[in-house]
Amino acid sequence: MKASVISRLSAGLLSLSVAASAVAGDAIAQTEKQGLNLHAILMFFVFVMMTLGITYWAASRTKSTADFYTAGGGITGWQNGLAIAGDYMSAATLLGLTAMMYTQGVDAYIYMIAFFVGWPIILFLMAERLRNLGKFTFADITAYRLDQGKVRTMAAVSSLTVVCFYLVAQMVGAGQLIKLLFGLDYNVALFVVGALMMVYVTFGGMVATTWVQIIKACMLLIGGTTVMLLAFSQFGFSFDELTTRAMEVHKLGGKLLAPGSLLADPVTAISLGLGLMFGTAGLPHILMRFFTVTDAKEARKSVLYASGIVAYFFNVIAIMGLCAILIVGTNPEFFEGGQLGGKVIGGGNMIAMHLAKAVGGNLLLGFLSAVAFATILAVVAGLALAGASAISHDIYSRVIMKGKASETTELKVSKFATIGLGIVAVLLGMAFEKMNIAFMVALAFGVAASANFPVLILSMYWKGLTTRGALWGGYSGLASAVTFVVLSKSVWVDVLHNASAIFPYTQPALFSMPVAFILAIVVSKMDTSVAAQKEIEAFDDQYVRAQTGVGAATASSH
Amino acid sequence: MSVSMYAHIRRNPRFAELVAKRTRFATILSIVVLAIFYGFVLLVAFAPEFIAKQLSEGSNLTFGVAVGLFQFVFFWVLTLVYVRRANGEFDDINNEIVRAAWKEEK
Repeated sequence: MKASVISRLSAGLLSLSVAASAVAGDAIAQTEKQGLNLHAILMFFVFVMMTLGITYWAASRTKSTADFYTAGGGITGWQNGLAIAGDYMSAATLLGLTAMMYTQGVDAYIYMIAFFVGWPIILFLMAERLRNLGKFTFADITAYRLDQGKVRTMAAVSSLTVVCFYLVAQMVGAGQLIKLLFGLDYNVALFVVGALMMVYVTFGGMVATTWVQIIKACMLLIGGTTVMLLAFSQFGFSFDELTTRAMEVHKLGGKLLAPGSLLADPVTAISLGLGLMFGTAGLPHILMRFFTVTDAKEARKSVLYASGIVAYFFNVIAIMGLCAILIVGTNPEFFEGGQLGGKVIGGGNMIAMHLAKAVGGNLLLGFLSAVAFATILAVVAGLALAGASAISHDIYSRVIMKGKASETTELKVSKFATIGLGIVAVLLGMAFEKMNIAFMVALAFGVAASANFPVLILSMYWKGLTTRGALWGGYSGLASAVTFVVLSKSVWVDVLHNASAIFPYTQPALFSMPVAFILAIVVSKMDTSVAAQKEIEAFDDQYVRAQTGVGAATASSH
Repeated sequence: MSVSMYAHIRRNPRFAELVAKRTRFATILSIVVLAIFYGFVLLVAFAPEFIAKQLSEGSNLTFGVAVGLFQFVFFWVLTLVYVRRANGEFDDINNEIVRAAWKEEK
C-alpha cells in the first residue's frame, strides 16, 4: 500500500486536512531510511536533555491534581500563547505546508488562512467563558449544570476518540520522519517518542508539558525564520523578483499565483473551513490550555499571542515554499538521479529540509530536523495529557467514584492512564505503519467539530440545553462524523478498496455539525422532565459565572 | 460561591449593561471575520479569475495574495482590539460589579 509522506506526517494539527484532501493524491512511496544524521541527533539530544531537566524541576512542583492537569493555573498569558502556538504548529505544518506552497502556489496560502481564522472566533466566542467555567477538562463546562455522570462519560468518550486518532497520526508521522531525517529504525523512533512522552507527562504533568511546548515553539520560530531570511535574501527580499523568477521555472507557470483546483468545489471548501475552524475549537488538548492560566484576562492574552505567532509563521512558510521553487526546484542535487522535475529525494515532504540544507548547510538541516522531531514529541505529550485527564478526572474521579476519590489516587490514576495511552500509541503506531493515515486526521477534526464543539457552545450559550439533549447531540455528532468519513473516499476507497465512495465529500463537518446541533436542540425542547427544568433554571447562575468569573478563582481546589 | 452572590450580581443593572456591551461587540467582530473569510472562500470557488487579478500593472501582487495577507493582519488586529477592550473597559465594569456584590453579601 502506498502512502504519501505527507499523509503520514499528518501528524500535525492542520496540514493534516491539507494532506487528506489535497496532497494525498500524488502518493509518494514509503519513506526510505537515510544515513545517520549526526547534527540532527546531537541537537535533538540537547533538546531532550533540556526538557528532561525541566521535567525534573517540574516533578517537584507537581503535587496536586491541579498541578498535574493545569500547572496549578499559574501559566502566564504570554507563556500559554507560545504553548498554544506550539500545540497548533506541528511538524506537518512546517513540512507539509512548505511542500504544498512549493507545488501548488497560492492555493496553499488560501489553506493557511483557513487554519488561522479559527483563532479570532475562539477568542470572541469561547476563551473567557472556558476559563471562567472550567477547571481541568472541557467536560467540566458541559457538566456544570447537567447530569455529571452521563455528560462526562459522553465528553470523555469523544475526547478519547479525538486523542486516539490524533495520537496514531502523530506516531506514524514520527516514525516515518525519524527514519528519514535521523536514519533510525521506525520502531526505535516510536519507542523513543512513547518513552519520552511518558516521562514528561507522568513526572512533570502540565508544567513540563507546557515548557516542552514553549521551547519547541521557539525552536520552530527560530529555525523557520532563519531558513526564510537566508533564502529570501537571495532574491533581495523582493516579492516581485522572487515570484517573477519562480513563475518562469514552475510547472504552473503564470498560474502560480492563481487559485487552482484545490478549492474548486465550494462544498468541500466550506466544509473544510468549518471543520478546521470549529474542530480547533473542540480539540481537547487545545481547550485544556485555557485552564492553565490564572484568569480570563490571561486567557484572552494567550489567544492574542498565539494567533499572532501562527499568522507570522504561516507567512514565513509561504515565503519558504516560494523560495524553494527556485533554490530546491532548480538544483539537480535534490532530485533522484539528478533529474530536475523528477522525484524529490526523500519525497515531497522534504522540501523544507532541502531548502535548509541549500541555504544553511548540514548544521541548519540538522537543526530543522531536530525541530521537527521535538515538535512531534511536544504535540504527543499534550495529547496524552488531555487523554489522561479525561480518564482520571472525568471517568474515574467523577463518574466511577462520584467525586469521592482522594486527590492522591486520582493523581495516581492519571499517571497510569498516561502510561497506558503511551503504550497504546506505540502499539497502534506499529500496527498502522504501512497504512495511509490521513483519514485519521479528518476523523479527529470531524469528531472534535461535531461531537465536542456543538455541545460545548450550546451549554455555554443556550439556556434550554438539557442532559438528554446534550447526550443526543454529542453522540450523534460523534457517530455521524465517523460515518461520513468512513463512507467517504478516504476510507471507503483508499483503505477499504471499494470502487467508489458512498459519501461524495472528504470533509464531514458541513453535514455532521448540523446533525449534532439539531438533535441537541430538538431533544432538549422535547425534554419536559423535572430534572430538565432544574437544569434550565441553573443556567442563570452559570451565566453570571461565565460572564464575570465569580467563583472561578476557587475552581482549582474542589 | 453562594447562590445569593449570583443573585446580587444579576440584580445589578451594570451587569446587564456589561453583558449587552460585550455580547454586541463579540458578535459584530465574529460576523466581520466570518463574512470576510467565507466571502473570500466563495470568491475562490466561484470567481478564481478575480483572485488571480494583478493589483497593478507590472506587479505580481495579485488580489488573492493581497487579500490573504490582509486577512492575516486584519483578523489579528481585531483580536488585539477585542483583548484591549475586554481587558480594560469590560474588566473594569466587571470588577466594579463583583465588588458591589461582595459588599451586599456582607
